Amino acid sequence: MLLSEATTTGFDLFSLVPWIVFIPVIGLLVNLIFGRKWNERIIGIVASSAVALTFVVSVLQLIALQGNHHEAHVVPFVDWLSIGQFHLPWEFRVDTLSVTMMLVVSGVGTLIHIYATGYMWFDVRYKEDLKSYRRFFIYMNLFIAMMMILVSGNSYLMLFVGWEGVGLCSFLLIGFWFDRNPDTTFGDKNAFAGKKAFVANRVGDFGFLMAMFLTFWNFKTLSFTELFPDAVAHYSGDPALIWWITGFMLLGVAGKSAQIPLFVWLPDAMAGPTPVSALIHAATMVTAGVYLVTRSAPIFNAVEGVHIMVATVGAATALFAATIAVGQHDIKKVLAYSTVSQLGFMVAAVGMGAYVAGMFHLVTHAFFKALLFLGAGSVILAVERGHHPLIGGHEDEHEPHDDEDHHELFDPQDMRNMGGLRKRIPWTYWTYMMGTFALMGLPIFAGFWSKDEILLDAKLEYPVIYWVLVVAAFLTAFYMGRQVWLVFFGKPRHHASEVAKESPWSMLVPLLVLAFLSVFGGFMNWPFEGGHQFGHWLGYTIEKATGHALHVPAFDWGVAIPATLLALLAIGISWLIYGRNPLKTGQQDPLEKALGPIFKGMHNKWYVDEIYDFLILRPYQKLAKFFAETLDWNIWHDWFHEKGIRDNFQKFTRFLADPIDLGVIDRIANGLASTVKNSGEILSRLQTGFIRNYALSVFFGVVVILGYLIFR
Amino acid sequence: MLYSMDDMFNILPTVIVVAWATALILVEAFLPKKYKFITIWLTVLGLVVALVAAINQHGIEAEAFNGMLVVDGFSSFLNILILGSGILAVALAVGYNKRFGFDRGEYYIMMMFSIAGTMLMSSAADLIVIFLALELMSIPLYIMAAFYRGNVNSEEAGMKYFLLGAFAGGFILYGIGFVYGATGATGLSQVVTAINGGVDSPTFLLVGAALILIGLGFKVAAVPFHMWTPDVYEGSPTPATAYMAVGAKVGGFAALIRIFVVAFPTLSTDLVPILWGLVALTLVVGNLVAIAQKNIKRMLAYSSISHAGFILMAFLPYGDAAVFKSSVAAALFYLLAFAITSFGSWGVVIALEKSEGKGLLLEDYAGLGRKYPALGVAMLIFMLSFTGIPPTIGFAGKFLLFKAVMEGGYYGLAILGVLTSLFSAYYYLRLVIIMFMKSGEPNIVSDRWVTLVTASSAVATVVLFMVSTPLFAWAEQAVLKLF
Repeated sequence: MLLSEATTTGFDLFSLVPWIVFIPVIGLLVNLIFGRKWNERIIGIVASSAVALTFVVSVLQLIALQGNHHEAHVVPFVDWLSIGQFHLPWEFRVDTLSVTMMLVVSGVGTLIHIYATGYMWFDVRYKEDLKSYRRFFIYMNLFIAMMMILVSGNSYLMLFVGWEGVGLCSFLLIGFWFDRNPDTTFGDKNAFAGKKAFVANRVGDFGFLMAMFLTFWNFKTLSFTELFPDAVAHYSGDPALIWWITGFMLLGVAGKSAQIPLFVWLPDAMAGPTPVSALIHAATMVTAGVYLVTRSAPIFNAVEGVHIMVATVGAATALFAATIAVGQHDIKKVLAYSTVSQLGFMVAAVGMGAYVAGMFHLVTHAFFKALLFLGAGSVILAVERGHHPLIGGHEDEHEPHDDEDHHELFDPQDMRNMGGLRKRIPWTYWTYMMGTFALMGLPIFAGFWSKDEILLDAKLEYPVIYWVLVVAAFLTAFYMGRQVWLVFFGKPRHHASEVAKESPWSMLVPLLVLAFLSVFGGFMNWPFEGGHQFGHWLGYTIEKATGHALHVPAFDWGVAIPATLLALLAIGISWLIYGRNPLKTGQQDPLEKALGPIFKGMHNKWYVDEIYDFLILRPYQKLAKFFAETLDWNIWHDWFHEKGIRDNFQKFTRFLADPIDLGVIDRIANGLASTVKNSGEILSRLQTGFIRNYALSVFFGVVVILGYLIFR
Repeated sequence: MLYSMDDMFNILPTVIVVAWATALILVEAFLPKKYKFITIWLTVLGLVVALVAAINQHGIEAEAFNGMLVVDGFSSFLNILILGSGILAVALAVGYNKRFGFDRGEYYIMMMFSIAGTMLMSSAADLIVIFLALELMSIPLYIMAAFYRGNVNSEEAGMKYFLLGAFAGGFILYGIGFVYGATGATGLSQVVTAINGGVDSPTFLLVGAALILIGLGFKVAAVPFHMWTPDVYEGSPTPATAYMAVGAKVGGFAALIRIFVVAFPTLSTDLVPILWGLVALTLVVGNLVAIAQKNIKRMLAYSSISHAGFILMAFLPYGDAAVFKSSVAAALFYLLAFAITSFGSWGVVIALEKSEGKGLLLEDYAGLGRKYPALGVAMLIFMLSFTGIPPTIGFAGKFLLFKAVMEGGYYGLAILGVLTSLFSAYYYLRLVIIMFMKSGEPNIVSDRWVTLVTASSAVATVVLFMVSTPLFAWAEQAVLKLF
């Protein structure tokens, strides 16, 4: 290969790696500085090509890595902080793990950017907020840059910088329409969703920070290179320390990757624009926790029993979220809980030590869940365009639609308003089906291979978790079946769905590419003889870090066949409930009738939000009120500060200013005035009465100083 | 006595400023009224040329005029500082002088002469030259203070400054006389040789040194020689105030450090109690009286007094060979930090000042943070820097300063310094509260050069904090060869 030879002959491809952060930054700066006057096409092209270029650089890193025999390469960039003996360099780490993440982030990111150029074009018109187009792409590019810092850093600190950065972008983009939907008691629903995500993430970040402090405290470094070659030996000596570090890290993972107990923010995060849901809240950012665990494999491997803790959290989340997904009516909410559930699969996998399976599922999930979200976005947009004929009919005009006609409450995301869409939007339909099959885990499709590998690892080592995951997988197939029947089959249940319009090519092309990847993406880790390429590829990094050879279990028909049959069974049941007798307009969900309170529980997310509200939020608010009103205001401010300090301090100051400075010093000066009467002749003409005092002040100083020197 | 071109070349930056200012007087006289603005550009050009020459001279060690002037890291540091300050001061003055109707080229030429005087003070190694340089620095300042002709306050400020300055100058001259009487020399190196050889009358020498200290203490506004400061700062045109706040301090401390470190290190045990008292008085009076001020120019005047106290504090252990390097470097660093912050804050004052002294009360700043957030934030940064709160260069300055003083073993003084800077937080942050939390409708006068100075000072205040380590290394480099 020509390029890989180039790496040996002088030009170092690795040295390009900082550009994965700086190209998106340049993209956002260009849009920020020059974009004000540009039309949307140019803004979209700038942002998309920035991410595409980042993808190119990521591919170059892949080539460089091949040329380096898959050996990790560290590229020093700047010395960020340097305090005495303490150094915090910003280094880029290029190894098979980070390059995998780079490729996923920039690859899927590019497709979603292209999709968003089309999606947001309509969206800013429906929301009547044309200016927000530029803001959207600035945030998106910023996100890519931050995510790249996260995956490419060579230390926990840089990982944390990216971690916080993507958290910020997530907050900005969830609350992107912060001034819309003012319909809850908390004020603004979208802004509140952003706040909720941020707060939940802060709890997780606290965990990550504590883990980082403990690591630094005990090992005096945060750098992966320094930490991992001999970390295992160090770590094993102190099991309690490992428990603390991994426990706190797990809290961080729970925050970022939406695991129990912090998952509540992710479904609300769907308040953001759909491309954001696809990019940040499905494909990339939320998988950062999985990446973190994989990256920290040596720590998690160090003590027996840590694995089961992580795997339990993951598996419980997988099942719990899957049950909630069954009871949702909002097309994006179903996908959101599905994401939580699938993240549970991944966390369970990496928790069990099946790092390859977890990362493999991360990659395929990035393909098919991005596809599903983008497809859902396309569906929503189609329905919305049916609902707003003015804009849908004349795409190049953007006159505001007539509000008078649309006073009825209409939710373009509610599946009960859809139905029969497969004929109106065939491209979306077919690509959506590819994603659905992949998520259901039907054979050949990408999700099958990765999910199968997780189940296989679970069956070999943790049978309980295996059964939990199997049930979750069954529910997955069921709720996806339910969704597809509700959305695409039957008869339209709302006028808007009858006249829904297919999305433009800028949106369909990314869908097609992702559909292709969702179908064939699983072959990268072909589980039979001569396969496991992805496993070997990741193995170069993980084996080096942990010092152990990766265990690659052989393909087991005993796992694959039951899983497939269960999925088919779930599809069959969903057909019986939703496919055979399609839902009519205004009809109650048949499942709701059948399950009654259970469905209500699932629909209301098992009241987790309400429980948190009761257990944590209200007591906290009361405590805060107590601190604010009683402690701070009444005691600290009124009593201590106002009465105690300020009043006395002012008295003291006045005392010094008036009697001392003006009174004493001036009076002394006045008393001595006669001694310099002659020089005062000139001065008195100014008639200020002060200047002689000034001179006398000087004189006074002179007398004291010289007096001291001579007579001491 | 033979002078060669080498002498001139060695003090090239100073020569450039003097020659340029002299030529500029002629140019100014022949410029038609319409083209008077050229003087301003030429002033800036001259200062930039001198600045380039000064930077170019960095690292050179030389003597000129038979040892009456020396060129070393110390002079180079201060030359760069004062020339940069000069450029900022011109930028502040352009719009202001026009606005208040005394837009005359002499102002800038006077400033150039004053800068030349300051530069000479930083390289002077002879008491006579120091005195001449001091007058060259001061007399243009008197004129600048009174430059707003027809304005009673300005004239009064100029007159006051002049009279008191002359008074203080007398002390310096008297002190030089005593030193000469005791040692028979005026050159600093000869003085130190004579002292090391033993002097007949140590008291004479001591009195001479004390008188020089008093005179320079007046220039840098140390208590109790500070009384002129609030009146002169208040009455002078604000850009002139901005310049003199920095220029007079740079010159005064340059001479103080050079004379005492080079010639009087042996006297330090005798002088330390006096310096201690001066520092304590300056810190306490400066910071406490500032609290009672209602006029921002007076407040900044007392603030400037208190900062003189801080710099003097770093100067205090000058005779202690173990710490003098880092403490004097801390003084230089603090001077730099003060200069940047000070110019920025005066820029804000200029932006708000109206005719007849309106817009100068603290309450006139109410609502600034809301109406002009950028300006409010800039002022916030300056106030934080003055107080010594990170991430500002003022914090780095105070940190290095207290560190040096503690190393010198002056714990009491360090505690007093921390306490008084705590007091200072009261009046600095009160301004912030007024700006951001009180409602009001301030109007600013838009002036792009002032905006530029304010913005770049605000950025520099924060950015230079990040690179304070190399900056401090530079300051240490500057004192390396002083002994």
